[in-house]
Amino acid sequence: MKRLLLAALLALSTLAPALAVQPDEVLPDPALETRARAISQELRCLVCQNQSIDDSNAPLARDLRLLVRDRLKAGDSDDKVMEYVTDRYGDYVLLRPPFKATTLVLWVGPFAVLLLGAAGTFLFLRGRRGVAAGADTAPLSADERRRLDALLRKDD
Amino acid sequence: MRRLLYLLPFLLFLGVGVAFYLGFERDPRDIPSALIDKPAPTFDLPAVPGQPATGGLSSAKLTGDVTLVNVFASWCIPCKAEHPVITRLSREQGVTVFGINYKDKPEDALTWLSRNGNPYAAIGADQDGRVSIDWGVYGVPESYLIDRKGRIRFKHVGPLTPQVVEEQILPMVKHLRQG
Repeated sequence: MKRLLLAALLALSTLAPALAVQPDEVLPDPALETRARAISQELRCLVCQNQSIDDSNAPLARDLRLLVRDRLKAGDSDDKVMEYVTDRYGDYVLLRPPFKATTLVLWVGPFAVLLLGAAGTFLFLRGRRGVAAGADTAPLSADERRRLDALLRKDD
Repeated sequence: MRRLLYLLPFLLFLGVGVAFYLGFERDPRDIPSALIDKPAPTFDLPAVPGQPATGGLSSAKLTGDVTLVNVFASWCIPCKAEHPVITRLSREQGVTVFGINYKDKPEDALTWLSRNGNPYAAIGADQDGRVSIDWGVYGVPESYLIDRKGRIRFKHVGPLTPQVVEEQILPMVKHLRQG
């Protein structure tokens, strides 16, 4: 029973997310460390690509974490640190791409498609309402009206 | 006219489909370098300890002629695969090749070089990988083509193949030497 409980506890412990940041990387100043963590979460690990360097165990991610902390210790602002990294690795390293000319399609594209769809729907619905209102149908002739009346009377 | 309008969704779908299909051809690991056409970073790396014959590598050595800077490590398997290509480039095709030895143990690097040959005009040892970060290195091997003014003009990620050399590197070297 005790062994089973221990096994269950061990199994549960693997559910907790593994922390990539090693104890020897952590800065003694908690304020700086918080800033470093926040910056690291915005930077893409170029080896694993869909993880931030804060999450990644790749050696390059560790080097970049250390670099971020070194820049902060040297007195750089958060933006300065980001700039330092993007100067070397390009916008690709940012998990949140910036809004500028080359990323315009990325940011505006979905809204443009939505607007196009809305415009299309509007035109379609307006066209259909015209049909329903009988705008482009000729009125019944006297003969047609008589036949229609006859058909309707049959049901009574 | 109205008929054509009905074709519009199909055409749109076709366009998007083709765009996505072409996207499959691209290698997601091939990240464009932020440093193309910019001056190579300023650095001064010592020689691999025990291999001082050619001296270390610094940015000063990268001006004058068109050169190739190759980032390699003894622990990197594709580096071994591209080594004959680099050797040929340096010994037969007349391109000066410099090496940056990335996060390597000096004794491993020396063994590797004596076993596979040393085609490099000079090698800088980047033991903590900081200089390589300045170059935007994210996976070894990587190769950079530097023009006569010391600017980075071309980057190749992954092992150099004879095809890349013939189709991209050599024409670029020729072009840059004239320019």
